Amino acid sequence: MTTQPLETPIATPRPPRQKSRFSFGRAGLWLFVGVACFLSLVPFYLMFVWSSLPSAQIFTVPPHLWFGDALVGNFQKMMTATDNFALRQFWNSLYIAALSTVTTLFFCSLAGFAFAMYDFKGKQYLFGFILITMLIPPLVMDIPSFLVMNNFLHWIGTPRALWVPGMANAFGIFLMRQYIVSALPKSLIEAARLDGASEFGIFMKVVVPLIRPILATLGIVTFVGSWNNFKGALIMRLSEDSTMTLPLSLRKITGGATNVNADWGATLMMVVLTVIPLLIIFLFASRQVISGLTSGAVKD
Amino acid sequence: MQERVPLPTSRPRRRWSYDRFQQRAAPYMFVSPFFILFLIFGLFPLGFSLFLAFHLWNPLDGLGNWQYVGWDNFKLALGAPDQFWVSLKITVWIGLLSGVPQHLIALPLAFVINQSLRKWQSGISTILFLPYITNAVAITIVFGMLYSENLGLLNYALSVVGLGPVRWLAQPDLVPVSVAVVVFWRYVGWNVILYLSGLQAISEDVYEAATVDGASKVQKFFYITLPLLKPMMFYAFTLTIVGNMQLFEEPFIMVGQAGGSGGAALTSAMHIFNVAFRDLDMGYGSAMAWLLFLAIFVLSMINNYLFSRGGGRQ
Repeated sequence: MTTQPLETPIATPRPPRQKSRFSFGRAGLWLFVGVACFLSLVPFYLMFVWSSLPSAQIFTVPPHLWFGDALVGNFQKMMTATDNFALRQFWNSLYIAALSTVTTLFFCSLAGFAFAMYDFKGKQYLFGFILITMLIPPLVMDIPSFLVMNNFLHWIGTPRALWVPGMANAFGIFLMRQYIVSALPKSLIEAARLDGASEFGIFMKVVVPLIRPILATLGIVTFVGSWNNFKGALIMRLSEDSTMTLPLSLRKITGGATNVNADWGATLMMVVLTVIPLLIIFLFASRQVISGLTSGAVKD
Repeated sequence: MQERVPLPTSRPRRRWSYDRFQQRAAPYMFVSPFFILFLIFGLFPLGFSLFLAFHLWNPLDGLGNWQYVGWDNFKLALGAPDQFWVSLKITVWIGLLSGVPQHLIALPLAFVINQSLRKWQSGISTILFLPYITNAVAITIVFGMLYSENLGLLNYALSVVGLGPVRWLAQPDLVPVSVAVVVFWRYVGWNVILYLSGLQAISEDVYEAATVDGASKVQKFFYITLPLLKPMMFYAFTLTIVGNMQLFEEPFIMVGQAGGSGGAALTSAMHIFNVAFRDLDMGYGSAMAWLLFLAIFVLSMINNYLFSRGGGRQ
């Protein structure tokens, strides 16, 4: 069983000793990594398979583990289960995520630019303050944020309760500042100023085109964060069928994962609808997502 | 310092002074959105919640109709039989169940990928990272289906090898495990990525020098990799602690708002949510939120202490 493949001892002048000596170990490595990758992917595979099976075949013994032909049927069931609001809810999620992304990109890069390229009084203190606000656990903000929206601004149930507060956030400003400091020379700004551009004009015409990579990173991270935001939408009571985001709607049509009466075909179709945009974004831009999300870990 | 650039003399004076003004004011204008937003949606709410922690208030009664109760909210939360203590225990337990294996798996996984599978690194990281960006509600529903008592895949797999159905979501001592598995699954890849970026910052020269000195692979791992990875481990541990202590979505979707049978998976974040948004007791909820903040702070400090104490290499 454990015979090694024949080696070619005189093929190379310096045989790669490690490789032949550790081939057994390498199999173990691959097994370890392979199992990890397999387990990461299984739930995705299952959700796609299930979304294509008629509800009656999703829970059976023995289980169905290959695709069925009920995709269209499940889509119709999903529309019925949500009183035809499913696509509207998809749009709601998209709308909030898009607004959140555009505004975050604008305000964070603007502030990051200021911290990176200007010297002004109190700069260190202001930047330090921004960094400190990152230490506040979001949970402490849940209750008072709701009250501000409910009793002061009367924004409960509206999308802006979700995208306005985070428009200029500490993480984004930090990310932008770090990138601009390392990527743009100050002389560039001065040259533009000599040409008579206003400060805001410099930002829009000179800086923004040059920081596209980091804009993509922050944009994707913001979009994904907003798209996945369940607790925020729950607290801000986007609870009407027409104002719900996808995660809220998902919870409503399942009534929790333990509800045996849920229509699983419809539910799984909505699960797929929720996950697919994320998968698409990630497949095209996994590098940006990963670098953006781990950038907090990279030391200055 | 901004250097004043002499402009062509033909420009009118008013334009000149505006120009100077906008140059001076620009950075303040540019950073002001953050501070305005933070004032409204950060600082004021924080202060308000601290104020509420000492009051009894139902938001339906309107602003001003609160009643000062001193430390009563905190006393109630810290009283021995209160649900807050129970929820804190549950939170820490689920946090340990998911957090400890996360790092025990992620660290060697990152090490192995970095050492031997560099060529496939970006592909592997992409796969392992997928769970992290996936919607928590959607994925928890999928896991809930796997756990289904009579017809779920897990129990089917167990029945194939002759084991009886396990009540993953009903047996109080198993529910935290079932929830922890989802949390574990979602965050292993995230930690692998963190550790990978930490490992890549370690210079090859150090390993080469150790090889020259005759160090074995295991020795290199324990005497080079681990000590040099300490800052990243500290960061990753901190994120796990802070995140797990606020665990909400997975148990909320998995076993429902009340935390399942006997509240077996009622985390502190869920308990606070219920008190504040279901029972509309904003003062008590705020007090518990601050206590949880304190717990997170203390645990982070312990983590910090352990890392700064153990070994002086970094």
